[in-house]
Formats: sequence, C-alpha cells, structure tokens
Amino acid sequence: MPRLRAALAGLALTTILSVAPPLAAQERDDQVTSFELDNGMQVVVVEDNRAPVVQHMVWYRAGSADEPVGSSGVAHFLEHLLFKATDTLADGEFSATVAANGGRDNAFTSYDYTAYFQRVAADRLELMMRMEADRMRNINFTDQNVATERDVILEERNQRTDSNPRALFSEQMNAAQYLNHRYGVPIIGWRHEMETLDKADALGFYDTYYYPNNAILVVSGDVDPDEVKALAETYYGVIPANPDLPERMRSAEPPQTAERRLVYRDARVAQSYVSRSYLAPERDPGDQTAAAALTLLAEVLGGGQTSYLTEKLQFEEQKAVFSGAFYRGTTLDDTTFDVVIVPVPGLSLEDAEAAMDATLASFLEDGVDKEALERIKYQLRASEIYARDNVDSTARRYGAAMSVGLTVEDIQAWPDVLQAVTADDIMDAARMVLNRDASVTGWLTRPEGEVTQ
Amino acid sequence: MIRFAVARLMGGLFIALVATLPARAAVQIEEVLSPGGITAWLVQEPSIPFMALELRFRGGASLDAPGKRGAINLMTGLLEEGAGDLDARAFARELESLAASFGYDIGNDALSVSASFLTENRAEAVELLRKSISEPRFDEVALERVREQVLTGLRSDAKDPAKIARTTFDAMAYGDHPYGSPYRGTIESVTALTRADMLDAHAAVFAKDRLYVGVVGDITPAELGPLLDTLLGALPDTGAPQPGPANIQIKGGTTVVPFDTPQSVAIFGQRGIEQDDPDFFAARVLNQVLGAGGFESRLMTEVREKRGLTYGVSSFLIPQDHAATLQGQVASANERVAEAVSVIRDEWARAAAEGVTQAELDAAKTFVTGAYPLRFDGNAPIARIMVGMQMLGLPIDYIATRNEKVEAVTLDDVKRIAAELLDPEGLHFVVVGQPDGLESSVAN
Repeated sequence: MPRLRAALAGLALTTILSVAPPLAAQERDDQVTSFELDNGMQVVVVEDNRAPVVQHMVWYRAGSADEPVGSSGVAHFLEHLLFKATDTLADGEFSATVAANGGRDNAFTSYDYTAYFQRVAADRLELMMRMEADRMRNINFTDQNVATERDVILEERNQRTDSNPRALFSEQMNAAQYLNHRYGVPIIGWRHEMETLDKADALGFYDTYYYPNNAILVVSGDVDPDEVKALAETYYGVIPANPDLPERMRSAEPPQTAERRLVYRDARVAQSYVSRSYLAPERDPGDQTAAAALTLLAEVLGGGQTSYLTEKLQFEEQKAVFSGAFYRGTTLDDTTFDVVIVPVPGLSLEDAEAAMDATLASFLEDGVDKEALERIKYQLRASEIYARDNVDSTARRYGAAMSVGLTVEDIQAWPDVLQAVTADDIMDAARMVLNRDASVTGWLTRPEGEVTQ
Repeated sequence: MIRFAVARLMGGLFIALVATLPARAAVQIEEVLSPGGITAWLVQEPSIPFMALELRFRGGASLDAPGKRGAINLMTGLLEEGAGDLDARAFARELESLAASFGYDIGNDALSVSASFLTENRAEAVELLRKSISEPRFDEVALERVREQVLTGLRSDAKDPAKIARTTFDAMAYGDHPYGSPYRGTIESVTALTRADMLDAHAAVFAKDRLYVGVVGDITPAELGPLLDTLLGALPDTGAPQPGPANIQIKGGTTVVPFDTPQSVAIFGQRGIEQDDPDFFAARVLNQVLGAGGFESRLMTEVREKRGLTYGVSSFLIPQDHAATLQGQVASANERVAEAVSVIRDEWARAAAEGVTQAELDAAKTFVTGAYPLRFDGNAPIARIMVGMQMLGLPIDYIATRNEKVEAVTLDDVKRIAAELLDPEGLHFVVVGQPDGLESSVAN
C-alpha cells in the first residue's frame, strides 16, 4: 500500500534533510542546456515555458560527509546560517524579499551536497541571482545568530530523529555499515558535536567550500538559456574562484569482511521490523552500468506490488505486511542496497528474517521474470514523458547528480543505460551485492520483556 | 524591527515590479458536459502526450455508517486490490504495464482519485480505472491484507506524539461528529469490519450527485465527453446523506497528554472562518502575517528566529465542509515548550488587540497574490485546483478574479477581523510529551 510504503521508505533510504530526492525520471534532452562560467561555476538550464514561473537553485559540492572530524552537522548548521545577514542584506531579509515577491525559498543538506533554492515569478530571476550570489561570499552572521540557530538545529534533531525510533534505528544502522567513511555519521550531526558548533566551525566550512568553482547553478522553468547565461555572468561570473579548493577525498572503506548485527529497542516502537543494508557501488562518471543494474534489481526484487519480495512474502506466504528493496545510486562514494520486511502479527523477527533470506535465496535461483523487467523498462520510458510536466524535479536531479561528479553526458545517458540492462546483468548485480560480509542486519523492536505486536 | 525597515528600502524597487506579475496563470478552463450528463472542467495541454484526471466525491470518510468508523478508509485502500476479472496481483501488473498512475486518497470531506495516463494507451487505462471505481472485488484475502496494513498504521499512530495530539484535539473540538474521530478508525472498529461493510461503504461514497471532475492534458472536449460516460456513467445517482454541521465545542485552556519523548508536540486551535465568508480573504491575509508566512510570520519570528525554541511553528485556517477552525502546530523540547506556548499566546493576544501593520499587510498581500500563479505548475496540480474550485462553488473564471479579492483587503478589514476571529481566551493547546511547567486546564 503506497501510504505504508511511503512511511517506511525513509527507514531504508539514505536520507536528506528538508526535501526528499525525486524519484528517478528522465526527460527529453532538448529541454536542457548546460555551460560553464569562466570561474568554473557550472550552469544547467531546464526550459518549460508553459507557466511564468522559475526555480533558481545553487548546489555546493559540500555535504555532511565533507565535514571536518569532530564537527558533525556543520554543513547543515551553515545552511541555516545562510539565511542570516550578509554585508548588504539584514538578518532574515533574504527570505523576506523572496516572500515579498510572491516566492518561496528553502535549502537542504545531504551527505554530498548543500543546495539553496527559490521558486518565484519568472521575471524575478535577476533578483534571486543577485541575492544568492551575494551570500556565496558575503555572509555576516552574529554570535547571537549562532547561539539561537544552534538551538533551532537541536530542536530539528529532536523532531526528526530523537522523536522517531525509526530514525534512531536508521542512524545506528548507518553507523554500523560504514567502518571508515563519513556516510556513517548522520547528516544532522551527533548531538554532542552539534552542541559544540560555533562561528569558527561554520565559517571554516564556508570559506573552504562556498565558491563558484565548487557550485552548480540550476535554473528551471520559463527562462531563455541565453538570458540565464548573461545574468549568471553578471552576478556569479564576477566572483573569484577558490584556487585552493581541496580535492574531494573522503576516508575510504576498507574491505568489509564481517557481517554486523544490531538490535535497537525503544518503547515507542509500534511496529517491529527487520532491515538489512549491503554496501553497494554508486554511479560513477562514465561507468554507470553496475548502478543501473542495481537500480533495476531494486525494482524487480522489491520495488512495487508485483515485485519478487512482495509476491512471495505478502501474497503467497503472507508473512509480511510490507517488504521492499531500495537503492539510491546518486552518491559520491559507496552507497547501500537495502531490503526490509515488516512481519505480520505473531511472526517473530527471527522468523521474518529467515523468510526474507529464504526469499532472497530463491530469487537467486529463479532469476528475473522477463515480463516484469519489460514492464519496468516501459515505466521508465514513460517516466521521461511524465517528467516533462515537472521541470523542477528534473532540475533537482541534475543538481544532485552533478554534485557527486556526474557529467551532463552521464545524466543524459542514464535512461539508455537503464534500458540496456539485461536480466543477466541484474542477476550478476544481485550475486555481487547480496554479500553478507558487507552487510548490517538490524532489528527494531520494543524493550525486552514487553509483548510485541 | 530593523529588518522590515531595511526590506522596505531595498525592496521598494522590486515591490513596484509586482504590479507586472501576471494577473492570473495562463490557464484556459472550459466546461465539458458529457452526452450522459457528467460535467468536467478541462484545460487542454497537448504539448505532452498524457493527461491528468482528478475525481472527487464529496463526503469522503464522513459518510461512515454509525459504528463503522474506518470502513470508507479501508474500502479506499482496497480499490487498487483487485477489480472486475482481475485479482490484486493481476490489477497491479496491468497498471504497471500501462505505466499509468492511479492514486486513491481519503479525507473527511472527500474521496479523491488522481490518475495520470499516457495518450498512447488511454482507452486501456480508462477501462482499468473504471473497474477499480465501479467493480472493486473486495476479495477476503485482500481485505485481510489491507486491514492489517491499516492496523499497522493505527498502532504506529498510537505511538506518534503528533498523531496523539491530532486525535485528542479533534475529539475535544468536534465531539460526536465524524470529524471528532480518526477517519482511519480504531483498532476495534477496523478489526470488526466485514466485506459487507466494504460494499456499503462503496455505495455510500460513489455517486454522481457528489462528483467533481477536473482534467488537464492531451485531450479534446470531443474526446473527453465519451470518456467521462465510459468511466463514470454507470455510477448510481445518489449515495449516503452528508453529515450536518459540526458543533465546535473546544474551549480555551491546555490539555497535557503524558508521553515519554524528549520533545513535546502541541496542536493549538480555536473557531475559524468559513471559506465563503466575505471576510475570508481578510482572515487569510491576517493568518499569513500571524503564522502561515514561513520565516517571516510573527510566530516563526518570535518562537524560532528570536528564541530558538523550535524548528517550525505555523498556523493555518481549516475551512472544512462542516466546521471551520484556525489551528497551529509547534514542537519544542520538554523543558522549553512552556515558553513556546506562552509566546504563541502572547502573539495571539497582540494580533487580536492591534491587528497588523501596514507594512505587514502589504508584504502578506504581495506574497498571497504572487504565490498564486506558482501553484499552477503541472497538469495534476491544475486538475486538483479546478476540482477544489468546483467543490467550493466558485465560478469558472475565478482564477482571474481571485487576486483582486486579496488586493481589496484593507488594514481596517484585517484589524476588524483580527478582533472578531482571534480569541486568546478560546485558544486551546493540546500538548503531548513531558512538558515542564504545563498542566491541563480549561478556561471558564
């Protein structure tokens, strides 16, 4: 059921603060124009002239996984502080000006990027650019801002994570999955480190990463690419690049050689379940075939009502209220492939896990249903048509992919790479990724001694 | 406040530009009457080969029969679980093979069906949608599976502070009216539902006398008429009677619901204003200033920006079919939520006594009018807006005149409606958590 799937999807997927990533969907390439400014800032324009609306976004190749050790959460903290004063704008004036022009603005932070956006009438694009370019290099917040906003992000952590046992469980799963990589640290930060974040931490991150040669401008809607280029050169093109921009190097994972298991207990758990994550490769520039096979594997195995796990565990054996498989390949470094089973009442987590493993084993025996694969490929082709009705989601997809180093060519090749995946490719991917040595198995349940549902 | 002064200085130029905003979105709505007598509002959009269809049946979950709370919600969940000659799995395969998307949503005032499908297989998609609406099977095995999914959700709700606050507030506000209980039902009521209840629920909701249709996409009026008759022509003329008005019973005060969690969640509210009230737009602008205006609202400024007491606080007008309320929500650490509540009460009283400033009124009007065209950003959103307009009885040219009604609101209007509407004594907070310094109390 979609409602339940939506509710549970967050537990297995890599999360993003503020805004969920769009589902993969492709558009015709003729909507998209891209170029680069002299200072290295990349620009993508996605045109749709049906309504006089524009979305203006700036993406920085700097996310929580780029933070210095010991200051987890600073990427997101800085995101909040960018809504404070600059040398020319007063505290809060940025958003007030957007609102006074009938627009809306916000921002979001993930492991690999931080992005800022406004949606506004198309003739306000220049004003948005002027203000966004201003805060790229000219923020000027106070110690009082830092103290108050630190309280806000702690309340945000309270709301998103500490009030939600599923989020706390997911945090523990991630921490166990990554032995050495920063994807194991939550985007919002560990509380004890968030409490120590100060002005120097925020400015240090800002002065390292917030430069045009580390940013991508993505403009979508009722715009002309030549006008966008002229405006971008006027407002962003004049900002000097950072010649000392550090190369993006994270501490890499060693070979994972031991399965990890954990049990997270919380009295607020209403529905126990089993989640498993496996370390998995991501989309790489010029080399997206493994990620494409994993994307289709997630669909075939656990992507919907006709997927293998759902057919077996929900319809045939009736052991699951919900089951699913998830993969998100648009990351800079190794990501995860996740499977989950929510057992029917009366079935223990031990038995649920055994049923899930038996089903994974039988999938490796049975292989891919050819008709199911064709349905999925047809849906992917159709999604290119539907996506033309939503250029803002197309724009977000370009921003996210380019933030992790993929090129416009990679992004435009992706639909064809997906269509070229064969059943054999999917089974090869399954045998590669379903490696228990590189996995974490987690049980979310109520405290011992309490009766579970 | 300095920031408003500076905003005016810098913003003067840009606010002047607002007059050039398109007075309305470029949307041409035409009314289509099918040969069989079904009315739809249509926007032709041939540039992308698909269409979005929005159907809404007035009444929704409020048509649950006595003792059958949750029946219509469960019935809605079963619409995609087998229809006609297709069982649940065959239905899902057929839907996927068409690359169509059918969504079924239920609320207290309407059951909504939101469908998008390609031009290249439109006839097949319409036939599949027709089956799900007119010939759902309600197979016992599907009933049990979806019932368990609903029960899973209800058990989660019982551990979710925001859901507990919602249920508590609604029960206090609306009593025995359907609005007073969760439309998903209770563990007990849902457990007791039978297949016969599903058939009754279906007959209660799906009827022509409560149907509203919006269509946007690659289809002509001549094609749409027969499509409507194929899809909806066999529906019965009438269903269950609509419930009467709800008597809003909530009084001022505070209700604390103890729950072991680090952050308290509060829902607060009082009587509101009907959408067809001549002062609705004055109230809309007032609430924009008070709590609906994102970072700029008074509540966000005072509770978050100045004091860091929350990640988010907002207030919203809820003009439902049978009751209108003004409500809000905030979440704050247990040791700080009392201060958040106090600040919100103070802002309520300040706005009731003083209204808003001219600068706030201007900014709110600019936002409310400027944001309106931004909503028309895709086939499905436009179809939903058109259905909403029809349910409110708005004229087909409403989009062109809506912003004029906002512009017409004066400072005196807002001051008058603030005094009439905002009721600091009648504002009730339901707080779920372990809040320091808050206790349950009811005003006299």
